[in-house]
Amino acid sequence: MSASKKVHVTTTINKEEIDFLCEPRHSLLEVLRDNLGLTGSKEGCNNGNCGACTVILNGRPVDSCLVLGVEVEGAEIETVEGIACSSKLHPVQECFLEGAALQCGICTPGFLVAAKALLDKDPNASEETIRFDLSGNLCRCAGYDKIVRAVQAAGQQMNAEA
Amino acid sequence: MTTTQYRVIGSRPVRHDGADKVTGKAIYTADTKLPGMLAGFVLRSPHAHARVVSIDTSQAEAMPGVHAVITGADFPNVEDKVADLGEGSVNLSYLSSNCMAQQKVLYRGHAVAAVAATDVHIAEEAAKKIQVEYEVLESVTWVLDAMKEDAPLLHDDLVTDSMGAKAEQPSNVPVHLHFEKGDAAAAFEEADLIVEREFRTATVHQGYIEPHAVVADYNEDGRLRIWTATQGSFTCRQQTAEVLQIPLGNVLVTPCEIGGGFGGKITVYLEPTAALLSKKSGRPVRIAMTRADVFEASGPTPGSFMRVKLGAKSDGTITAGEAWLAYDAGAYPGGMIGPGCMCVFSCYDIEHAVVDGYDVCLNKPKTSAYRAPGATQVAFATEQLVDELAQKLGMCELEIREKNAVKEGSRRVDGPVYPPIGLLECLDALKQSDHWNTPLSGPNRGRGIAAGFWFGCGLKSSAACTVNSDGTINLLEGSTDIGGSRTSIAMQLAEVLGLEAEDINPQVGDTDTAGYTDVTGGSRVTFATGMAAYEAGRDLQQQMRTLAADLWDCSADDISVGEDGSFSAGGKTVGFKELAVELFAAGEHLVGRATVSPECPTNGFGAQIADVEVDPETGKVTVLRYTTIQDAGKAIHPSYVEGQLQGGTVQGIGWALNEEYFYQDDDTMANASFLDYRMPTMLDVPMIDTIIVETGNPDHPYGVRGVGETPIVPPPAALANAIYNATDTRMTELPMSPPKLWKAMQANQTSE
Ligand code: FES
Ligand code: FES
Repeated sequence: MSASKKVHVTTTINKEEIDFLCEPRHSLLEVLRDNLGLTGSKEGCNNGNCGACTVILNGRPVDSCLVLGVEVEGAEIETVEGIACSSKLHPVQECFLEGAALQCGICTPGFLVAAKALLDKDPNASEETIRFDLSGNLCRCAGYDKIVRAVQAAGQQMNAEA
Repeated sequence: MTTTQYRVIGSRPVRHDGADKVTGKAIYTADTKLPGMLAGFVLRSPHAHARVVSIDTSQAEAMPGVHAVITGADFPNVEDKVADLGEGSVNLSYLSSNCMAQQKVLYRGHAVAAVAATDVHIAEEAAKKIQVEYEVLESVTWVLDAMKEDAPLLHDDLVTDSMGAKAEQPSNVPVHLHFEKGDAAAAFEEADLIVEREFRTATVHQGYIEPHAVVADYNEDGRLRIWTATQGSFTCRQQTAEVLQIPLGNVLVTPCEIGGGFGGKITVYLEPTAALLSKKSGRPVRIAMTRADVFEASGPTPGSFMRVKLGAKSDGTITAGEAWLAYDAGAYPGGMIGPGCMCVFSCYDIEHAVVDGYDVCLNKPKTSAYRAPGATQVAFATEQLVDELAQKLGMCELEIREKNAVKEGSRRVDGPVYPPIGLLECLDALKQSDHWNTPLSGPNRGRGIAAGFWFGCGLKSSAACTVNSDGTINLLEGSTDIGGSRTSIAMQLAEVLGLEAEDINPQVGDTDTAGYTDVTGGSRVTFATGMAAYEAGRDLQQQMRTLAADLWDCSADDISVGEDGSFSAGGKTVGFKELAVELFAAGEHLVGRATVSPECPTNGFGAQIADVEVDPETGKVTVLRYTTIQDAGKAIHPSYVEGQLQGGTVQGIGWALNEEYFYQDDDTMANASFLDYRMPTMLDVPMIDTIIVETGNPDHPYGVRGVGETPIVPPPAALANAIYNATDTRMTELPMSPPKLWKAMQANQTSE
């Protein structure tokens, strides 16, 4: 086996306290997917250019492929698996379904997480703000139109529910 | 236009796999985990062209955690054999050496060895300890250079097949195609106006967000199970079995959810390698490409050189066409030149035309299909020349298209005569559109239009529908669902049976459970697999009539099935569900099934309008407004049809304005990452307005035409025409990126 020694990390993921062991070289994305079985976060590039691996780390959206597992000691993490509230989908998930904002769906978890992070701050985000804020998330299938509209609709729904 | 009123078709239900995909539960290949699974890593050539002198794997094999190492020597010898892959055919010895190089590497990224280890990092470290001695050879990556007599040869035994006649000397040109109609030379003589230009387009990639991935488990009993990201599980099974020279029936391919394909996930790259690593290690093995591997070692789509010429009468009738096309095949023969030749004049009824096309091997990865493969390049050429004719004749660019558009009865240069088609209807929709009727003003702004065509194929599809005790249906089909096809297929079954979309539970089966089904490609799934589902529903109704006849004590012929799926006889009418429940309770467990093989192409035509603003200081193009119009025949689920139109259009915009493989002096790719191969982000494009035209396809029960591919065809041409109208500069090279456009504008100014 590899010589690199594993590090013990305690963190909170989707409101649950979790422990894991990881090598210093393992990214948070690898830890989520391979150690913890949270495969909702996707790998599209592994170098911060596609956003498929987006998670919310201490309130901010980050590319989890650019974060090391050992860096999240004591952090609060939210992944796509934690967006829905028990059996009720989050408005952004509902609006993606209603608005047909996904085709192959590989980019969808990253978009949902990034959109939630944005809408939590600003449910009234304009089209321009949405396009700017989510420009780190690539989608090759949908041409973005329906994604932008779904995020706008989700913001409205969040306002209505608030 | 179709006027039939449907209950389910044309509505917009939530897709059946939607909840899985918005909660992260959907399982893609890289999410698959088997007990004892190892991770694989592929060692790839750093050179564009080299002879492999020797490979020493001993140090890698000795590393703790390493379970297997393989090279080309572990692959069986496959004879020259051609397999049909749906959107193109392939020679198996080429396919095998593309998976793992034998004596030569032909492009940077070409696989030379692979390792399976307990962890991907260990596998990567071990792979780096493999010592490969290369003798670097001269390489070539520009299509016209590769055609020269003194070009470095990629394959010593490759000779040109020119419409059946074989050349004597080897070259890099496996195929020369020639099509002719009428007498082009004479028609050019008689033309009042001739326009001719040369065009170049760069190699581009499909850019699916999910890298290729596979899990293989080679059992002790010889059974090979594969989970993979493929557009076609049956072709994947065939290719894998043939490359490995094992019986087809020993291979089970399970298609996982797939993160995009666009034509690039039909050819196998990793499956045979993972299978051999699994066989050698006795453990399941997962391999996933890195993003750099995807760019360098999967199948991008051809770069090209084209010379196209059009002749017209002074009234705007286009009377003559000539095209000379050379397309990259990449490292192995079998590029997209065929459809390129067929599509170059596919939108216009030109009486006299001649087309020559060359498939050219060079030191780039073997090219693959990419959404309407080969058509976007030629549309970039022809659609600009049509604009140029119009401009020189003082005609409107829409008028010249209307005047020359193909319609029912027009014959394409490669022979086929069109059945009823919808190009004129698309142009009419363009003419009526709000976009076309809203003037564009302001400096450095321009509007351009272009038309586009893709065949849309039929091929084979199967479907089976099992009736549940409550009258709902389980639908089993074999088409990988890349963009909501489970739902568009289920909706057609629901329509015929008189059910709701939600009453159908569609499932994509594996190669052991689903009936034979060709690839998800060629814009065929909603058309052909939808037709199979429709026929399976009809089969079910037939069986139910026979059984109901017993219950009702009448003859099956007395029972009619209504438009709403209800069964009636002797003044009595029952709905599908009611009868299904009754039959189930009576012990009848019904399965309807069908296999279809429609032969006619579905002929998808479209037209697009682009408004741009060009920054004169930098050459940067901003897309201000965009409208995509397409004849869908009949839109089953309009939201997903719009999605195809929007997605294809944005890919076309990327192809037009930014995307390209940059080759360095040593013929290796300089920009194999998403950062440097810059695909459009949200910030780069506006909303894409769509107009769905429905002319109804007589060859489909609901009138469906394939829609997936055509939308990528017009954008480079429409944008080039818009750029011309904004800057007076004709762009003959893709991409029309800021440095290229700026240079062209400068040159244009000095020449004025
Ligand atoms: S996988 Fe992390 S940004 Fe692409
Ligand atoms: S839906 Fe396929 S990449 Fe976005």
